[in-house]
Amino acid sequence: MTKSTNNFDVIIIGAGSIGSPTAFYIAKSGLKVLVIDQFPSVGQGSSKRAIGGIRATHSDSAKIRLCLNSINIFSTWKEIYGDDIEWFKGGYAFVAYREEEEKSLKKLLAVQKKFGLNIDWMDKEQFLEVVPDLNHENLVGGTFSPEDGSASPLLATHAFYNHAQKMGAIFHFSEFVEEIIVKDGQVKGVKTSKSIYYSNIVINAAGPWAKQIGQLVGIDIQVNPDSHEAAITESVSHFLNPMIVDIRPFPGSSNFYFYQHSTGQIIFCLTPSPNIWGFSTDETSDFLPLIARRMIEVMPRLKNIRVRRTWRGLYPMTPDGNPIVGWSNEVDGFLLSVGTCGQGFMLGPGLGELLSRMIMKNTNKEDQDILNALSPYRDFSGHELLK
Amino acid sequence: MSDYRIHEHPILTIPVRKEITFFWNDNLLSGYENENISSALIANGINIFGHHHKDNSPQGIFCANGQCAQCMVIANGKPVKSCMTTLKQGMTITPANGLPTLPLVNSVPKMKKIDEIETDVLIIGGGPTGMSSAIELGEFGIDTILVDDKNLLGGKLVFQTHRFFGSTQAVYAGTRGIDIAKKLEDEVRRYPSNHIWTNSPALAVFSDQKIGINRNGSEYVLVKPRTILIATGAREKFLNFKGNTLPGVFGAGAFQTLVNRDLVKPSQKLFIIGGGNVGLIAGYHALQAGIGVVGLVEALPKCGGYKVHKDKLVRMGVPIMTSHTILSANGEDKVESVTIAEVDKFFKPITGTEKSYLCDSVLIAVGLDSVNEFYLKAIGYGIKTFIGGDAEEIAEASAAIFSGKIRGREIAKTLGNHEIEIPKSWYRTAEILKSKPGVEIEEYIPEYQEGVIPVFHCTQEIPCNPCSTLCPHGLIFIDSKDIRQLPTFLGNGYCCEVCEQCVVGCPGLAITLVDYRKDPLQPIISIPFEFKREPLESINRVTAMDTEGNSIGKFEVVSIHKTKDSDRTSVVHIEAPREIATRIAGIQIQDDLITHPLDQYISHIGDDTIVCRCERVMAGEIRSLIHQGYRDFNEIKAVTRAGMGACGGKTCTTIIKRIFREEGISDEEVTDQTKRPLFMEVPLELFAGSDASEETL
Repeated sequence: MTKSTNNFDVIIIGAGSIGSPTAFYIAKSGLKVLVIDQFPSVGQGSSKRAIGGIRATHSDSAKIRLCLNSINIFSTWKEIYGDDIEWFKGGYAFVAYREEEEKSLKKLLAVQKKFGLNIDWMDKEQFLEVVPDLNHENLVGGTFSPEDGSASPLLATHAFYNHAQKMGAIFHFSEFVEEIIVKDGQVKGVKTSKSIYYSNIVINAAGPWAKQIGQLVGIDIQVNPDSHEAAITESVSHFLNPMIVDIRPFPGSSNFYFYQHSTGQIIFCLTPSPNIWGFSTDETSDFLPLIARRMIEVMPRLKNIRVRRTWRGLYPMTPDGNPIVGWSNEVDGFLLSVGTCGQGFMLGPGLGELLSRMIMKNTNKEDQDILNALSPYRDFSGHELLK
Repeated sequence: MSDYRIHEHPILTIPVRKEITFFWNDNLLSGYENENISSALIANGINIFGHHHKDNSPQGIFCANGQCAQCMVIANGKPVKSCMTTLKQGMTITPANGLPTLPLVNSVPKMKKIDEIETDVLIIGGGPTGMSSAIELGEFGIDTILVDDKNLLGGKLVFQTHRFFGSTQAVYAGTRGIDIAKKLEDEVRRYPSNHIWTNSPALAVFSDQKIGINRNGSEYVLVKPRTILIATGAREKFLNFKGNTLPGVFGAGAFQTLVNRDLVKPSQKLFIIGGGNVGLIAGYHALQAGIGVVGLVEALPKCGGYKVHKDKLVRMGVPIMTSHTILSANGEDKVESVTIAEVDKFFKPITGTEKSYLCDSVLIAVGLDSVNEFYLKAIGYGIKTFIGGDAEEIAEASAAIFSGKIRGREIAKTLGNHEIEIPKSWYRTAEILKSKPGVEIEEYIPEYQEGVIPVFHCTQEIPCNPCSTLCPHGLIFIDSKDIRQLPTFLGNGYCCEVCEQCVVGCPGLAITLVDYRKDPLQPIISIPFEFKREPLESINRVTAMDTEGNSIGKFEVVSIHKTKDSDRTSVVHIEAPREIATRIAGIQIQDDLITHPLDQYISHIGDDTIVCRCERVMAGEIRSLIHQGYRDFNEIKAVTRAGMGACGGKTCTTIIKRIFREEGISDEEVTDQTKRPLFMEVPLELFAGSDASEETL
C-alpha cells in the first residue's frame, strides 16, 4: 500500500445503492477506498428514487442468495451499527385475482420452495387474514413471504456511507469520471473533472450510467436505463404489513406494487408497458391516473389517502433482467457490479460483501455459483420468471 | 355562539349566515354553514386542533391557506385540512392526535377516465395579476382558463380592507383591496372567452406539458395550454425562534384570512414580528377588528414598509421597536407571552435588553418569497411560460395588477395577434409601481395661515397619487409622469372648501385639514378615521398624536361625520390650539396599558426552535449537520426528513438557507433541494376519476 493521497487500493465509481455498501465492506477489509460520484452527496442518483422494498423471493438462485444476505444485513443493522434504517419485516404478498396469475405464482412458488424460501400459497380466506383490506371480489389468493420487508433507501445508503467513512473510505462528490487509465491491459486509475487517482482496481457501480463508464475502457456493457414512476402519500396509522404486488398486465402497465413504510406512508410504483427507455426522470401526467385506479381496485381503503409527492427513477436494465457482476476479461482490474434492474437497493449489501470477498480473493463455492450466473459473459437470451 | 367572532367592523359588512351545529369531541358547538372548519373552531375558542405524531406537540392553525397540514382534524372519520374543508350540519370533528386512521372502505368507488382540456392560455392564480391579465385576454377573445385554489377570486386582495396605493389612473389606487377584487372579478367574468375555475388548485406541471388541476375540489383534469401565465403570488417567510410552532404563532396571511375573510378572532392580544408593509398593515387590520396590538419589532434600524403605514400604526398607540427581534414565544400549549431583545448591528440579541409581553398570538411578517415552483417546472418542460406579479418579483398589489395587464397583452401577441400594441409607457409605469420606498424628507409643517390649509404628513417618496386626483379644484399636485413625488398644495388659505375628499381618500391616512375660519386661535382639525365611532362618542377628549406617534395633548372631539363618497372612512373634527394644530396627524386608538412589558422577562427553557414544522426538525439538528460538512439540501432532507412533509419544504427551505448563511456558508456552496409535484396533497381517488369532493365526507 502506498502513502500518496491519490493512491488507492480500490476506486468505486458511484456512491449509490451498490457503491456505498461495497465501499463499506471493502474498507472494513482494511483496504484504502475512494468512491467518486457525479452528484453532490450520497445516493442522489437512483438510490433515493428507490421505494425501499427488500425481498429474497426471486426466481433464480443468484439473486435469492444475494438478497437473503442483504436481508440479514438490513434486519440486523440497527442492532449492530446503531442507525435506524427503518427496516420493517412486513413480508411480500403477490395477489392473484385471476387463474392466470394463480398459475404463474404457483409455478414460481415451486422454484422458490426449492431454494428453501419461506413463502407459501394462501387461498382467499388465509390471504385476507394477512391483508384484510384487499378487495374481496374475485380474489383467488396469493403467495406470501413473511421474511421479506422494507427499509429506507435514503437512510440505509447513508448509513453505509457513514460507516464506510468510519472505516477510512473516502468519498468525492460532484466529480465526474472522464477517463479510466489503462496501461498494458491493466487498470491504473481514473481521471476526473478535478484530479487523477491511482488504483489497480476500479469498480463500475454507476447504475444507469454503467454503459457510459464501460465505454471509457472500450467495452460494451448491456445496461440501458428505463424509467418507472413512483409516489408517496401522507402518513397514516399502521394498517398494512406486506408489500402488495399485482402482476396483472393492464394497458399502460405490466404490474404495480405498494406498501406502507414504517413512517406510515404508502409508497407505490408501477412498471410501464411498453418500457420507457432513456435517462429522463421528468414526471409525466400518465402515472397517477394509471396507478390510482389500479390501487383502489385492489385496495378500496386507499382511496382517501392523500398523495404527497411523485417522482421518476431509472432502472438499469439488462437483457435478461439479472445483474451483471464480475471482472472484465478485456481490462484487468475492472470490476462490474451493474445492471441491477431496479433491485439495486435490495441487492446492494449482499453484492457489497461479495465484491469485497472477490477483491480479497476469498470467495467461496456459493459466491462462485452466483458469479457464474451473473457473469458479464453469460448467454443473455434467458428470461427471468418474475422481475 | 361564543364570542371569538367579529360582530361589527368599520369596513367589512358582516353577512347573515345560517347557524348550524357540529360536534367537537362530543361537545355540541355551533358554527356557520359552509364556513371553514378551522374558523368554526377558532370562533368557539378552540385553538389546539391536535397533537403531532412525532413529539405530541400541540398543533393549530398556521398557514390558513391549504399549504401545510398543521390544521388537520378528523371530520366524519376522514383526516382533512380544516382550513380548506367546509363545515356541514351535524359534522363530527375530533382532533388529529397522532397519525390519523384511514377510514374503512368496503367497495370500489365509481371511477372514470381523466379529462384532458386544451386551451390557448392557462392562468394559475386568480389574484390581481391573473385577473387583470385575463381581462386583457378577454378583450381579444382568447380562450383562457383561469384557475385559483380558493373559493373567491382576488387572491390576497380579498382581505385587504385598506385603500390601495399606486396610481389612480392605472390601478384603482385609493380603492380598498376588497373592492378592487370585486371590480376585477366583474370585469373578468364579462368575457365569454374566460373560463373561471375557483376552488381548483393546480397540483402539478408534467413533462408532457399538461397541468394537473383539482377542478372545483372534486375532479382531476389535465389541462394542455398553448401558453401559461404563472400568477401564483407569494408565500411568507418564516422565522426560527424558540416556541415558533406553538399554536398562536402564525403568518400575516393566515391572520388576515381569519380576521378579514372569515371574520373570526384568533387573537385578543397580538404581537407582530416584522416592520414591512405586511406586518404594519396586519397591525392596522387587527386594531380595526378590535384586537389589541401589544407591539411590533423590526430587526433593522428602520421599518422597511411605507412610512405612512408605520406612522399610522404608532399614532394609534402601537409601539414599534426597531433593532429588536423575537427571542421566544412562551406558553404551555399555546402562546401566553413573547420575549424580545434589542439586536446589535450584526443582528445578534444584546444580553440584558430582554423584555417580555403578555400576548396570545405572535404574527410573523418577515418578508415574502415568490411562489415560483410552477414557473420553474413549466419553463423546464418547455411550455411557453409567462410570469407576473409577486410570483415574478415581490412588490405591492398595485404593481401586480399592472404587470398582469402587460402580461395579458404579451400573451395575446405571442398567440398570433401581432397588431396588439403595448405602449412603452406601460413598462415605465410598471417599474414605478414596483419601486421600493424612496427618499424620506423632513416633515414640512406649515406655519399658521388664514382660512383652511391641508397638511401632508407624507414625507417619503412612494408610488401613490390618489390625493392629486381627489381635489375638485385640482389644488394638490403630483407630477403624473412620476407619481413617487410628494404632493404639493397649489393654493392659499382661501382656496380649499373643506370637502375633505383628500382627508378620507389618502391611503396613508396622512392628510389633515386645519380650518382657522371660525376661531384662528382654536382651529378645527379634520382627521381621517376608520374605526368604530362608539368609543369616541362616549369620551369627550382624545389624545392627539403627531406624525411620529408622539402624544401632543388631549383635545375635545367636535364631531364625527362621513363626507360624500367617503367609502367607510369617517372624519373626526377636533379643536386644538393653533400652535400645535398643524402638527396633529391622528388620534390614539389603543390604550397604553396593553403595551406595557412585564416586570421580569420570561426565559424560555428548552430548545424547541423548529425548522421543519411538518416533520418537527430542530434548528440544532440542521446546524450540527452543517458543521459536519453537509452542503446538499437533499442530503439534509434524506437524513432529517426536513422538507419531506405535507408542505413540501414551503416553510423550512428559507429557514435552512438562512441557517446556512448564519453559519457563514454562501448560497453558491449549497445544493438546492429538488422540488417535485404534487404542490398540494390530494386524495388518491382524485387521480382515479372518482368524485373526491367533501360531499362524500
